[in-house]
Amino acid sequence: MDFVNQLQRKFIDYSSSLHREGIVDDQFTQLRKLEDENSPHFVMEVASLFFEDCEKLINNMAIALEQKQGVDFKQIDECIHQLKGSSSSIGAMRVKNACIAFRSFSDAQNREGCLRCLQQLSHEYSLLKNKLQTLFLLEQQIVAAGGSIPRVH
Amino acid sequence: MGLKLQQSYHHSVTVKVNEQMGTKRGYTFIQANRAWLPKFLLLWVMVMAFLSTWIYKKMDADNKVRRKEVLSSMCDQRARMLQDQFSVSVNHVHALAILVSTFHYYKDPSAIDQETFAEYTARTAFERPLLSGVAYAERVVHSERENFERQHGWTIKTMKREPSPIRDEYAPVIFSQETVSYIESLDMMSGEEDRENILRARATGKAVLTSPFRLLGSHHLGVVLTFPVYKSKLPPSPTEQERIEATAGYLGGAFDVESLVENLLGQLAGNQAILVNVYDITNSSDHLIMYGHQNQDGDLALLHESKLDFGDPFRKHQMICRYHQKAPTSWTALTTAFLFFVICLLVGYILYGAAIHIVKVEDDFHEMEELKVRAEAADVAKSQFLATVSHEIRTPMNGILGMLALLLDTDLSSTQRDYAQTAQVCGKALITLINEVLDRAKIEAGKLELETVPFDLRSILDDVLSLFSEKSRNKGVELAVFVSDKVPEMVMGDPGRFRQIITNLVGNSVKFTERGHIFVKVHLAENPKPMEDPKAETCLNGGSDEDALVSGARQFKTLSGYEAADERNSWDSFKHLVADEELRYDASVKMKAADEASQSVTLMVSVEDTGIGIPLIAQDRVFMPFMQADSSTSRNYGGTGIGLSITKCLVELMGGHISFISRPQVGSTFSFTTVFGRCKRASFSDTKKPNAEDLPSGFRGLKAVVVDGKPVRAAVTRYHLKRLGMLVEFANSVKIAASACGKNGSSCGSKTQPDIVLVEKDSWLSGEDGGLSLRTLDRQQNGHVFKSPKMILLATNITNAELEKARAAGFADTTIMKPLRASMVAACLQQVLGTGKKRQPGRGMLNGSSVLGSLLCGKKILVVDDNMVNRRVAAGALKKFGAAVECAESGKAALKLLQLPHSFDACFMDIQMPEMDGFEATRRIRMMESQAHEQMNGGTEEGSIRTGEWHIPILAMTADVIHATYDECLKCGMDGYVSKPFEEENLYLAVAKFFKTKPISDS
Repeated sequence: MDFVNQLQRKFIDYSSSLHREGIVDDQFTQLRKLEDENSPHFVMEVASLFFEDCEKLINNMAIALEQKQGVDFKQIDECIHQLKGSSSSIGAMRVKNACIAFRSFSDAQNREGCLRCLQQLSHEYSLLKNKLQTLFLLEQQIVAAGGSIPRVH
Repeated sequence: MGLKLQQSYHHSVTVKVNEQMGTKRGYTFIQANRAWLPKFLLLWVMVMAFLSTWIYKKMDADNKVRRKEVLSSMCDQRARMLQDQFSVSVNHVHALAILVSTFHYYKDPSAIDQETFAEYTARTAFERPLLSGVAYAERVVHSERENFERQHGWTIKTMKREPSPIRDEYAPVIFSQETVSYIESLDMMSGEEDRENILRARATGKAVLTSPFRLLGSHHLGVVLTFPVYKSKLPPSPTEQERIEATAGYLGGAFDVESLVENLLGQLAGNQAILVNVYDITNSSDHLIMYGHQNQDGDLALLHESKLDFGDPFRKHQMICRYHQKAPTSWTALTTAFLFFVICLLVGYILYGAAIHIVKVEDDFHEMEELKVRAEAADVAKSQFLATVSHEIRTPMNGILGMLALLLDTDLSSTQRDYAQTAQVCGKALITLINEVLDRAKIEAGKLELETVPFDLRSILDDVLSLFSEKSRNKGVELAVFVSDKVPEMVMGDPGRFRQIITNLVGNSVKFTERGHIFVKVHLAENPKPMEDPKAETCLNGGSDEDALVSGARQFKTLSGYEAADERNSWDSFKHLVADEELRYDASVKMKAADEASQSVTLMVSVEDTGIGIPLIAQDRVFMPFMQADSSTSRNYGGTGIGLSITKCLVELMGGHISFISRPQVGSTFSFTTVFGRCKRASFSDTKKPNAEDLPSGFRGLKAVVVDGKPVRAAVTRYHLKRLGMLVEFANSVKIAASACGKNGSSCGSKTQPDIVLVEKDSWLSGEDGGLSLRTLDRQQNGHVFKSPKMILLATNITNAELEKARAAGFADTTIMKPLRASMVAACLQQVLGTGKKRQPGRGMLNGSSVLGSLLCGKKILVVDDNMVNRRVAAGALKKFGAAVECAESGKAALKLLQLPHSFDACFMDIQMPEMDGFEATRRIRMMESQAHEQMNGGTEEGSIRTGEWHIPILAMTADVIHATYDECLKCGMDGYVSKPFEEENLYLAVAKFFKTKPISDS
C-alpha cells in the first residue's frame, strides 16, 4: 500500500506541476472529472485523439509553409483554428497560446513569423505529449498496483 | 477589411454626390447666359446712347425748322409792311403829281406857287412818312432857258451849285417842300441818277426809282422816286415820244430808306432778334445795299430772302433777314435726351444687377444644395463608419476579454488578479458602450431590424430584475415588478430589444436612486375603467382603505412609501387596476375570446423610481444622445448618456412612444407604450416550451396570506405568488392576519387555513406587538390539529441582528430577499415546504451537476463539430450528465441525422465549420421543420397541435461570447448558445430552458 500511496502522491504532485507550469488548465481538470466507471480512460482517449490530430495539423502546416511559390495562408488559418479549438477543449493551455500567437502571424501573412511559431508550437506540443504520457504512465502504474487514481476535487 | 470597406463606401458616396449634382442643376436662362451679362449691359448702354442721340437730333431739327419758319414769317411780314408803306407813299406822290398838273398847268394862271406847294406838302407830309421831302422840277428846254430864268429871277444851277452849263434841256426845281428847300433852282438833270430817272419816268409814265445812293443833305442811303407830270392829257395808249412831248415836269421825292426801314422795324416785335438787309438787285451780279451793314456778323447759316416790289418794274429789290445770334443750344432737347439716357442706363444697370443677383443666388443655392447632399452623405457615412468601426473594435476587444478571462484562470497573485479583474470589468464596460454606440449607429443607419418571435414578457422582466437585484439590495432600494393579468402570457415581438429597453430604464433608475423603490409596471394601454365593483377588493379586512389612510398618513401610498413623481402608480389608481383584474379573473371566457380576437396588444410599461429626478432645465434633452442632465452627472454616476436615446429609438421602432414625468429630488417615472403581436393558440403551445421559464406547478392551490401595510407592495407580492398558482389574501398587519387565522381556524375549518404567511419586514417591525401576535398566531395554530402555516419574512435588505431577531420571533422558516421573482420565490417555497431539495435561501439559481444530470438524463443529444477533439470532449461532458450523445462531423451530416422524424432532444452546433457553418445548418434544419409543419397543417386538426414537437432546440457552441454572435445565433433560428469549452453553470442555464427538471423527489 505504501507503494500505491507513493505513486498516488507522485501523481498528484505531477499533475499539479502541470498546472503550475501552465501546460494544462482548468479545462483539463474538468475533463478529468468526466472520467468515471463508464469511461475510465476518457482523458487518455481524448488526448490520443488530440495528439493524432495535432501531429497531422502540424505536419500539414509545415508542408504548407515550405511551399516556395506562395504560402496558402488560408489553409494554415484553418489548421490553426482547428488546433486552437481542440487544444482549448482538452485544456492544453500553452499549445493554445502558441496557436493564438501563430494566428496573428498567419493573419498578417508573415511567413517568417509563422515558421517561428510553428517551431514553438511543435516544441510546446512535444512538451505536452511527453508530460501527458508520463502522467498516463503514472496512472497505469497506479491501476496496475491496484490503487485508484486520485480524483480531483 | 474595415479600411477597404470605408474606401469603397467613400467612393460610392462621391459618385452619388456627383450624380445628384448633375441631375439637380436646373439651368435657367439667366444662368445659362451668365457670361454674356456684361456684354448685354454694354450693348444696352450703346443702344440707349444711340437712341438718345437720335432723340436729340430729332428735337434739334424740329427746333431749327421752327426757327426757320419764324424767321421767314418775320421777314415776309417786314417785307410786306415795307412794301405797303412804300406804295402808300408812291401813291401820294402820284396824287401830288396830278395836283401839280391840275393846278399848275391846266389853270392859267397857275394856282400854285412855291408858297402854296410848300404849305400843302408840309401839311400832307404825314401821308408820306417815307419821303424826306418832295420837289417839283419843270422841264425846260434850252431854248426856253433865258425866258425861264428871267421869269423866275434865278439861273439854273447844277447839283454843285454852279450855274448850269448849256444842255438840251434842264429840270430845275421850282417847287419844293420846306425840308428840301435847298434843292430849289437845282437842275435835276445834272445828277447822273436823277437824270436817268427823269428820262425813264417820262418815257414810262410811271414812278421810277433810282438805285440807292447817298442823298444830298442827309448822307443817308436813299432812293429817289420820280414821277412825270404831263401838261396835257395823254391819249389812252401813248407812245414814248408822245409821253416825252407831253412832259411838263417831274415830281420827285427822296426815300430815306435807312431811316425809313429803321422806323418801320422799330414798330415791330422781335426787332432785336433779327437782322434785316435790303438790297437793290437790279444788277444781279452786283447787289447794292439799301439798308443794313454789308458785313455784319450774325447767324450766317440761316437767312431768308423776301422779294420787295416797290412798283418800279425796272428795279428789283429784296429783303434778307437773318438772326442776330446763332441758334441757341437746345437745352430742352439736350436735357430730354440726357435724362432718357440716364434713365435707360439706370434701368439697364438695375436689370443687370438683378441678373447678377439671381445668378449669385442660384450659385449659392446650388452650392448649398451640394453641401447639403454632402452633409447628408457625411451623416450616413458617419453612421456607417460608426457601425463598421464598432464592429471592428469588438473583434479585438473580444480577444482582450478572452485573454483576460484566460489570465484570470491562471495562477495569479492577489494583486495581479485584482489588476486583471479590473481590466476585465473595464473591458466589459467598453464592450457595452461599443454595443450601445453600434445600436445607435445601426438605428440611425436604418439597419436595425426587429424580429417577431413569441416570448414571455414576465420572465424577461424577472431576468432584468435579477440583473439589478444585487445593486439594488446593496443600496437598500426596493425593486419590484408587476404585470397586469390582462397582459397575455406570450406576446410576439423582439424580446432582445424589449429587454434592452427595460434594462436601460431600470439601470438608469438604479443608478440614480439611493432610497425608496424602483417599480416596473406593465399593463394594457387602454382607458382605465372606473372601478365597477368595490366589493371586488378582496382584502382580508374590509376597511383596509380607511386603515391604510390612517396608518400611512405620513407616507405616500407608493411601493416603498416614498413620494413618486407620477401619481399614477400610487395605490389610489393602482387599486383600480388590481380590482379590475379581480373582476376579470372571475369574468367570463367571452371577454377573453374577444380580447384574443384582436391581432395586436398595446402595452403600457412604466418604470418608476424615487431617485434624484431630472432637473427641469435638462428635461427636454433627456432623449438626446450623449446628453446627461449636466456634466456633474457623469462625474458622479458615470455613463455616457446614450442609453436613453437608444431606448427612445427602440420604443419608436416598436411602434410606441416614450415619455417621462420627473420631479427633482422626488423621482422620475418613465413610461412607454409598445405594440406586440398576440400569439395564436396554435403557435402558443409550440413556442412556449423554449422561451418560457418553467415555473414549478407544485404550489397550485396553496393559500397564502400576505401581511403588508402597503397595498401596492402587497399587490406585487400577490402577483408573483399568483403566477405560481397560489391563492392570495391580504392582511394589513400581523394582528389582523392572526385574528383572521384564528377565527377561520376555529369556525370554518381547514378550508380557509393559510398554508403560508408572508410578512413584510416593515410591517413586522412597525407593529409593536408584532412578535407577540406572531406568537399568538403560532400558538393558535399549535392548539389545533392543523398543520401550522409557514412563516416567511420578505425583506429588501436585512442585517444579521434583524435576522436573528426574526428567527427568534418565529420566522424560523426562511427569509426571501427582494426583489421578488417567481422562480426564486418558488425555490424558496420548495425549500420551506420541504417539497424541494435544500437550497440557499434567497438564491434562485439552481446549481450542481446533479441538477444538470437530472435535466439531461436520458436525453438524446446531437453534437455537431468538425473538430474531433472538441466533439469527443463535448460528447464526454454531456454523457457525464447522463445524456445519450451522437456526433456529427459536419453540418451536412447533421442535416442527414436530423431528417424528420428523428429522436433527438437537442442539438449542440459548432458555428465555425468548413463547408457549411453552424448558422447555415441551423437555417436548413429550421426550413426542414417548417416544411414539415406545413405538411402537417395540411392534414388534420390534431396534426397542427402536435406541430410543437418539431422544433429541436439548437444551441450554438462558440468561443465567441459577445453580443453580436448571440444576436446572429437567434437570427438564424438558434435557441441559445453555450460557450466552449463547456462550463457547467453556463450549460445548465442554456439547457434548463428546454428540459423540465426531473421530479425532485428522487434526489
